[in-house]
Amino acid sequence: MESYGYVAPGSIDEVLAVLNASIGAGQMTQLLAGGSDVLVQMRMPNHQPRTIVDIKKLAETNRLEVSAEGIYIGAAVSSALMNEHQDLQKAMPGLLEAADLIGSTQVQGRATICGNLCNASPAGDSIPALIAAAGICDIATANGNREMAVEDFVIGVGKNALQQGEFLLGVKFAMPKANTKDAYLRFTPRTEMDIAVVGVGVRVSVANGICTDARVSIGAVAPTALLVPEAADALIGSALDDAALAAAGEACKNLSSPISDKRGTVEYRQKVVAVLCKRAIAIAHKRALEN
Amino acid sequence: MARLHVESTINGEAQEFLCDASQSLLDVLRDELGLTGTKEGCGTGDCGACSVLVDGRLVCSCLMLGVEASGAEIETIEGIAGEEGLHPLQNAFLENAALQCGICTPGFIVASKALLEKHPNPDESTIRYWLAGNLCRCTGYDKIIRAVQDAAAKMSHPA
Repeated sequence: MESYGYVAPGSIDEVLAVLNASIGAGQMTQLLAGGSDVLVQMRMPNHQPRTIVDIKKLAETNRLEVSAEGIYIGAAVSSALMNEHQDLQKAMPGLLEAADLIGSTQVQGRATICGNLCNASPAGDSIPALIAAAGICDIATANGNREMAVEDFVIGVGKNALQQGEFLLGVKFAMPKANTKDAYLRFTPRTEMDIAVVGVGVRVSVANGICTDARVSIGAVAPTALLVPEAADALIGSALDDAALAAAGEACKNLSSPISDKRGTVEYRQKVVAVLCKRAIAIAHKRALEN
Repeated sequence: MARLHVESTINGEAQEFLCDASQSLLDVLRDELGLTGTKEGCGTGDCGACSVLVDGRLVCSCLMLGVEASGAEIETIEGIAGEEGLHPLQNAFLENAALQCGICTPGFIVASKALLEKHPNPDESTIRYWLAGNLCRCTGYDKIIRAVQDAAAKMSHPA
């Protein structure tokens, strides 16, 4: 293909038909939601022209629902729309913290957390928060929808688990139970407009002073964001006291396998991931008690 | 590939244009429609010089395809001043000398307008975070912040 094409299908079936036809013709396609990564990639030298498949015209990708049955965030829902949704803010403050850290006001007007997830950067801020919140990917395929836990969706640097011909419709969550809250913290040298050196997403449930459930996820310290079951094990059954937090931080450090780059060394990232883990748990704990 | 036909509303007027699938909204505004008030700084969404409003939402026009403007209402720096003259933000930027080379200024004014529509009386911290996606390499930011505070005060208490 010598030049870019653009289609904006109006239904899931039409999107799948475009993707399938392109596979048959040996042509490249690029799914487009917010575009804050896609348009930058299009400007890269030697980026091969392809057909842009805009998925913002689908009713399904524009779903933003918070109800007793659960939470659904469609693939076309911008971070700005998420942040303005009062019920979502109340139910998942940690996820919104992560979305609010991605880019500027301008970028958040377009960018989507599903795009952040599909882009699969090791430093993507929404990914540890989505994992901590037990997000499930809702994937459209030619044989109907399939589901996959967010922690299984990112399979490498810049690589996701979508097969040819599939696309991400949205992410869904069970409505958090009572006294269950999430939090996300990242470390950057500046306060704004920077890329995570370390990110930690957590969610804790408390009842009668005891942690009854927990999920901890770390980002920017491994090729993909990781769920840290050992950190959850250290928290569940504890009073979320200093010893439990320290053990969870240590578990994060042990599972991390960071690289050294201009943003931080291996040793520094390992130290910071443990600190952020403890701080994020403390924030989520406080929120759960206020619930 | 045939060029794409797009209909949208730009600064309150119905507009039709032709564009390539790969052209950004910024390219369309500047190269197809001659609206060169919107500037290109980085082209990657980092600097905010190309800020416009799309259906009232502040966005970088370099991060949006021209064809995505189909059916949308776009407001650019050219649409900020009214028939009665400059917008209070524009006057405040002049009075506070909140610019030197001026390349970033259209983006700052469009972004500040979106800010004041959402937060009519923002504190300094709110202004600084809201404008964190607009970069200025000349003035430092203090004069810009003061200009926005000045405009906010004048807009909530017109003389």
